[in-house]
Amino acid sequence: MDHTSFLERWFRRAALTVIIIFFMFPIFWIVLMSLQTNETILRSPPSMSFAPTLDNYTAILAGRLDSNVASMGIDFVNNLMNSIILSVCSVAVALALGVPAAYAFARHKFRGSEDIAFTLLSFRFAPPLLVLLPLTLYFQEIGLADTYLGLVWVYQLICLPLILWIVRGYFEDISPDIEYAYRIAGHSWFSTFRKIALPLAGPGIAAAGLLAFIFAWNNFIFALVLASADKQPVTVGALAFVTASGIQYGQIAAAIVLSIAPTLALALWAQRYLVEGLSLGAVKG
Amino acid sequence: MGFLELTSLTKTFGTETVLDGVSLSVPEGGTLVLFGKSGAGKTVLLRSVAGAIEPDGGTILIGSEDVTDVPPEYRGIGMAFQNFALFPHMSAYDNIASSLTSKRMSASEIRTKVQAVAELLKIEHVLSHAPKALSNGQKQRTALARALVSEPRVLLLDDPLRNVDAKLRFEMRLELPRLLADRGATIIYVTQDYKEAMALGDRIAVLDQGKIVQIGSPADIYRRPANTQIAQLFGDPTINLLDIVPKEDERGLHGFISDQRVDFHGRFPGVAGRDCIVGLRPEALSFTETGGFPVTIEAVTPFNEKTVTLVTTLRGREILLSQPAQDPVPAGPEVNLGIAAQDAILFDRATGDRIAPEPDGNRVEEAA
Repeated sequence: MDHTSFLERWFRRAALTVIIIFFMFPIFWIVLMSLQTNETILRSPPSMSFAPTLDNYTAILAGRLDSNVASMGIDFVNNLMNSIILSVCSVAVALALGVPAAYAFARHKFRGSEDIAFTLLSFRFAPPLLVLLPLTLYFQEIGLADTYLGLVWVYQLICLPLILWIVRGYFEDISPDIEYAYRIAGHSWFSTFRKIALPLAGPGIAAAGLLAFIFAWNNFIFALVLASADKQPVTVGALAFVTASGIQYGQIAAAIVLSIAPTLALALWAQRYLVEGLSLGAVKG
Repeated sequence: MGFLELTSLTKTFGTETVLDGVSLSVPEGGTLVLFGKSGAGKTVLLRSVAGAIEPDGGTILIGSEDVTDVPPEYRGIGMAFQNFALFPHMSAYDNIASSLTSKRMSASEIRTKVQAVAELLKIEHVLSHAPKALSNGQKQRTALARALVSEPRVLLLDDPLRNVDAKLRFEMRLELPRLLADRGATIIYVTQDYKEAMALGDRIAVLDQGKIVQIGSPADIYRRPANTQIAQLFGDPTINLLDIVPKEDERGLHGFISDQRVDFHGRFPGVAGRDCIVGLRPEALSFTETGGFPVTIEAVTPFNEKTVTLVTTLRGREILLSQPAQDPVPAGPEVNLGIAAQDAILFDRATGDRIAPEPDGNRVEEAA
């Protein structure tokens, strides 16, 4: 780094600034929108000066959507709760199933193990709609349609392959010698898995869990087809903001800010585990 | 019958045969050094004994109990890995204690034992450190402590000095034999370093391409190597190997170096006229005033404890000679080299195998 010239450093900073503006501007703009009324948002030309208002947030949290024509009820808080329930449960189930499976695929090469792992990954190749239509019929038949259980199950199509494939790589990175050493020291394979493999793959599990959570949180199509109003997550619930009398930009923006918040908080919290993991991984056997 | 008994162990990975019917026996409390080049199958053999690798065939007996299908945690083995294999998320103390936490043992008992072994290996001041904060030497000692602390019946050491610096390796080479002898465990020690092998082993097994080519005491392997390859692996400077076609007359088998007669000790029926190689240890040669064969001194390299001299024969063949540093090297360049007949080792040139002289008993019989 000592050899970087002034010009090179300057370019680097400029490039970083451009990237940050590119990615952060929409979010910044949405936060601004959420603090304005529909009138100030839609004025032309747009201006940065306005009197901030929390009306959008109170309307959303109170569940009343007032437009210039009529007033209608929305259930954003309930949608938010649904999102949390669905995402948390899906990730929990996917971790409980995916982490042991990933360990098995990483450590035990059995007949067909690669095929099974690939099949699980292929769940992500098919367009969701292709799976959803027959699934809807089945679910109605066996009574899983419009239940949390059914939705969490279908969400495994998103979460399970992701966790399985990411965590498997982390398990494979752990030197088998370290695990053998623990077993030779007199511990069963299960306690080796718990005390050695799990902690060492911890950062990978955290990263995979976080990614799976984000994917589950942002999922739209599964819930749209399989859930009725009272089970809908925010992604589907946001459709309610497109009303007959126009699109409620201010409230949509506030809803977006509120629905980004949980994922953002989770990512910030998980970040320290991710960083810690990187430094642990740097240690050779 | 030994305490640790391996019978025709085989292991293949794909099409590659890594262990090819290895049979070994180590008596209780004995140390066997497994010696061989990398890729010879040493580590695979050791891991099979530890239970980390399942052999395709053969049996493993520990104290006359068949443990071939016993999981590693029930074999009562201590093992030190070449790459140390320390648990990176645990302190040195917890690493060592891991061998004890699996047993019914109170925390204070564990602490006493860990402290004792740490003191023995001089690492008590780094017990609270994480492995990444340890030097290579300390890592190696921690790994060794972890293997020793539970006082296992069988101790497997996979080239534990490979990844430590030369100074520490030298210290440990002196220290380890005493340390291991005090334990009374049955030991298999894997190494690629012949000095370590000579220093540590009651017996040395030389492994090549998954087979045991020779097994014997260090002196045995040094004086009577099974083939030219083993002869070259043991000894520094390496043994001189000269092509020779021996002849036989009434005084016995002999060959010619620098047109001078060199006798072989013992009887070698049927060897005369065959293409052979004679092996001369550099330290078995000496400068003489009279007799011997004439050579020309090319280079003299003094080391601290010995002087190595490169000479060439009349035909231009190179020979290394090693002698204690205090012995004078005669002013050359033309000098005479002497060799004791019993120090010349004869090999078949086609196979590289040693040609052993017939035992003395035969001579008596034939004379009768």
